[in-house]
Amino acid sequence: MSAIATSGTTRRPLQRVFGRHPIGALFALPYAIFWVALFAWPLGLAVYMSFYDYFFAAPGAEVERPFVGLANYVQAFGDPSVRRAALNVAIFILINVPLTVALAMVLATALNSAIPFRTFFRAAYYVPYVTASVAMVSVWLWLFSSGGLVNQILGAAAPDPSWLVNSFWAMPIIALFATWKQLGFYVLLYLAALQNIPDTLYEAAMVDGAGVVRRFFAVTVPGVRQATTLVVILATIVGANFFTEPYLLTGGGGPNGASVSPVLLMYQEGIEQGDAGYAAAIGVVLAVVVMAISLTYRFVFEREDA
Amino acid sequence: MTTTARPPLQTAPPTAPRRRATREGGTLRRVVGLLVLGAGALVFLFPFYYMIVGALQREPDPTPAGAFPDPGNLTLDNLAAINARVDLLRTLLNSAIFTGGVIVLTLVLGLLAGYALARLEFRGRGLVFGAMLLTLVLPFQLLMIPLYVMIVRTYGLADSYLGMILPFAVNATAVFIFRQFFRSLPADLFEAARVDGASELQILLRIAIPMSRPAILTAVIVTFIGPWNEFLWPFLVTKQASMQPLAVALANFITTVAASMANPFGAILAGATVLAIPAVVVFLVFQRHFLQTDISAGIKG
Repeated sequence: MSAIATSGTTRRPLQRVFGRHPIGALFALPYAIFWVALFAWPLGLAVYMSFYDYFFAAPGAEVERPFVGLANYVQAFGDPSVRRAALNVAIFILINVPLTVALAMVLATALNSAIPFRTFFRAAYYVPYVTASVAMVSVWLWLFSSGGLVNQILGAAAPDPSWLVNSFWAMPIIALFATWKQLGFYVLLYLAALQNIPDTLYEAAMVDGAGVVRRFFAVTVPGVRQATTLVVILATIVGANFFTEPYLLTGGGGPNGASVSPVLLMYQEGIEQGDAGYAAAIGVVLAVVVMAISLTYRFVFEREDA
Repeated sequence: MTTTARPPLQTAPPTAPRRRATREGGTLRRVVGLLVLGAGALVFLFPFYYMIVGALQREPDPTPAGAFPDPGNLTLDNLAAINARVDLLRTLLNSAIFTGGVIVLTLVLGLLAGYALARLEFRGRGLVFGAMLLTLVLPFQLLMIPLYVMIVRTYGLADSYLGMILPFAVNATAVFIFRQFFRSLPADLFEAARVDGASELQILLRIAIPMSRPAILTAVIVTFIGPWNEFLWPFLVTKQASMQPLAVALANFITTVAASMANPFGAILAGATVLAIPAVVVFLVFQRHFLQTDISAGIKG
């Protein structure tokens, strides 16, 4: 005991500065260094670049990258491609959120009852979520190609031009693809939320004479509201961050940019065109809007709960 | 929500569990439930089946009959066709090095930070935790352009494994997994070791890590899926075919070469199958780990 006490006294100054276990700071240091170098620094750089005419020059060339104030932001708000990308995010949310909420809730409710093969069903819904987008897009490319299975079944009812090169259908197909690919995650989210609804609520509703449908709408739907908030927030984030789908599924953003996404736009402007300052400004606007939307949702839904 | 106010006294079968109640609901409801779930499973699994069918067809047959292929029309030629354009072994190796590098870095950083956050009191702990949470809130894509500038332009790490791996090191999910796990271990365990004179590093290496095999397995599996499936970042970093992971090489094949081939979908789908199999197998074998972690990470996010 005395040995510990003395070592305690010798360490005291160190501990006064760093807390009871100074070595904890050392343990957290590697993560903190990576965080600063690969998160905080690029975050600051994104904001910095967005105020400059920051473009890529040939390697080794000394170039001027003048401060341009808000010019990149002014350009972004006036850019029809940016507006189209924003519209596409809205289209995505409009299709994805209702479909996801409805299908995930129904499937989770069905999974929650005593039913054979539950493990199989759960796994089956989740497989697309863990499989590479590039692999899944390949199958959808084939399914929705002009001579593909979907059009073969539809026959004369198939749209012309075909789905992925049709400026009306390109974005809805992307929304459908994303809904399909991620639904398994949301099914499990709702399944977890269902476990938190007390049985007494269902029993009370039954005593009140509520049928299956009534119980679903009066007990289940309000009971999983937090999960629904999360669906809306995540759909906004996913919709804003598409890249693989518009790039591969609709050949670089669809006809006339009909399925362009904000991130695809950042790639085209920043890396293909080399106008990195402008792309960074789009990124900053995107991040601010996404965070504002998710905060609004949370605020609105949590107030209703209170 | 008026039903909540009703006193439990009036409930007819007092505390019958919901499972029982559903079962009593009769076979009709179970059949309807099974039909709904079965239809769902069909929608989810058909594209996988169709991917394999397409990968094996000698002559692509997009008609409905083609979904039930004639065994005589099946072949492994498409695999050879994609392998002639995209070096499958090389790109699989690149995917494995990229994924493996991310996993190793994530484990080292995550175990150290997770242990510190869970079991050690030091100044700045709240700050580190808050910093970690911030990475969950901000979309990665905001960092895409500056990371490209730093890694490709400033540090010249284009077409290198390090350039692919580094941005994935700031992985909050793994830190979360380890923090939760170390918090769940009894505090006495650590106190006893400290009284015995063990240093914190010894406690971490000799006690905490050996006990955390299940958490390490979960972290490895959950981390595996991200870089293995990732397209955007390695696509930005790698221009040389010999450095590209399979997902990038396959995507480039789809956008450029495929149009000039006789059976492009056969070759594309053969490549897609090769890309999909490792992740699907890992998922099927370690299902339990995915289902728990993603839900808790999702709710926290």
